[in-house]
Amino acid sequence: MNNNNRSRKIKDYFMYALIYICAGFSVILLVGIILYVFAKGIKTVDWSFLTSVTSVLKGTKGIAGNIVNTLIIILITMVIATPIGIGSAIYLNEYAKPGKLVSIIEYATETLAGIPSIIFGLFGMMFFVEKLKLGYSLLAGSFTLILMILPLITRNTQEALKTVPASYRSGAIGLGSGKWHMIRTILIPSAMPGIITGVILAIGRIVGESAALLLTAGSAKLLPQTFEQLLKKPTQSGGTLTIQMYLSATSEGDFDTAFGIAVVLLVIVLLINIGTKALTRHFDVSRKD
Amino acid sequence: MKKKAIIEKTARIIFLVCAVIAIFAVCSITVYMFIKGAPALKKVGVSDLLFSNKWQPTAKDPSYGILYIILSSIVATAVSVLIGVPIGLLTAVFLSEMAGKKVGNIVGSTVELLAAIPSVIYGLIGMMVLNPFMYKLEKSIFAGDSSHQFTGGSNLMSAIIVLAIMILPTVISISTSSLKAVNGSLRSASLALGATKIQTIFKVVIPSAKSGILTGVVLGIGRALGEAMAINMVAGGAVNLPLPFNSVRTLTTQIVSEMGYSSGLHRQVLFTVGLVLYIFIMIVNYLLLKARRKGCMDE
Repeated sequence: MNNNNRSRKIKDYFMYALIYICAGFSVILLVGIILYVFAKGIKTVDWSFLTSVTSVLKGTKGIAGNIVNTLIIILITMVIATPIGIGSAIYLNEYAKPGKLVSIIEYATETLAGIPSIIFGLFGMMFFVEKLKLGYSLLAGSFTLILMILPLITRNTQEALKTVPASYRSGAIGLGSGKWHMIRTILIPSAMPGIITGVILAIGRIVGESAALLLTAGSAKLLPQTFEQLLKKPTQSGGTLTIQMYLSATSEGDFDTAFGIAVVLLVIVLLINIGTKALTRHFDVSRKD
Repeated sequence: MKKKAIIEKTARIIFLVCAVIAIFAVCSITVYMFIKGAPALKKVGVSDLLFSNKWQPTAKDPSYGILYIILSSIVATAVSVLIGVPIGLLTAVFLSEMAGKKVGNIVGSTVELLAAIPSVIYGLIGMMVLNPFMYKLEKSIFAGDSSHQFTGGSNLMSAIIVLAIMILPTVISISTSSLKAVNGSLRSASLALGATKIQTIFKVVIPSAKSGILTGVVLGIGRALGEAMAINMVAGGAVNLPLPFNSVRTLTTQIVSEMGYSSGLHRQVLFTVGLVLYIFIMIVNYLLLKARRKGCMDE
């Protein structure tokens, strides 16, 4: 019995040690990644790196063109995907009665969320680039990304709508408001923090996306010089920060630029994380009263 | 009054249209994958394409066997899941059963951040840290072996390690929430019967959370199977049998690295590679649905 007890204790200690090691592993991993990237890349990142374009002629090295491309893609994608995602969540949560259609829509949303970005890229290339003849362009890239981030926005909005108390709805309807009016004036404002969280997460996903864009948006990195060129930019090819980082690290073999962009990407990721955290906290607090 | 009714109806229809777009998207993706992926199967022949290991798309007499590519994807995914899941599960145990509020918060935020880091960054670090290390290992293992083709460290093992790290956040977050959802009275009952905390965790808590953990595992499989850029940067560029020190191509990296310059039948075969990947993913999705359903039934 005593012997049994001791071996059990040893086993327990062994498992405890293993659990602590595993938990420590992810912390060390993250700290290691951040430190490594900053150590290698921070010297590259300065004002001219962020505001100029890489040019052998002028001897400059910079990612301004890629930043503009990233912003354009974020803008087009979000402007289209956000209303659709919110609309879809509202239908599922407020209108639909449980049944065949709802379960098919939910299954489709889940399937969409499970499709890897390379498949979205292939589809975008076959459909938007070739079939619709958009060519390798920011527009084709954005359309592809819309499909990819739709589930993210739908789900976050749905979660947010679920936390709006039923009494808000019955209160509004009881006071004579129509359903649409109730949704517009009560539901959407109350669910706003959740919706914004979804939007920010989606932006994070776009910033980090690479495979889908490589096959649809191409990799050009020139900066539009005039306003007219900027307006035309969506129909032209353009590489985002992530794409440029991939190319710098592989075919171009320019690791300084790669690590410089990695620093910029990490900062964006950190900001997004802090932003969504703050929002969620605010959301929880306002829910309590 | 009538105007109001029209507005209500229009709103309803618009919301319905938004919701149906998801169905429409899934259907068109599926249709396109099959339409574009099937022709090469017919032209090359199913067995010559899927079950042959000879990949020479640019040769004079080209052959398009993608067996090694399929195998590499399966091996890389399976091994990375075997490595990532235990680490992830134990971390989840820490987060749900052992960590205090403050430490738990720190580790939890860490995991969230790991999930948010773009895959190209994992790839870049893999290239700079893992590959040189693997190359050293390779040089010492295969020293004097003339039959071995040196890869400079871009090999299957690097790919597996990067994948295992990349699926960690998924496994951890899903497992943590399912462990946390286990009823506290089960823990108290087990402890009251004289079981130690470790026994309680491994014999009571984990078994009752198993369907949730399974969901995390399946999601991890999907993520590993579909990851493209990070592995493309660390796994090398040759189609080989998936052995640890061989440079390999997976379904995803095959598409990423050859789509740019391929044409004709070669390009169509790449679409078939996409179709094979898509079918794998659909199987994973189906398993996911089953795991979730089982979770609902257990409750």
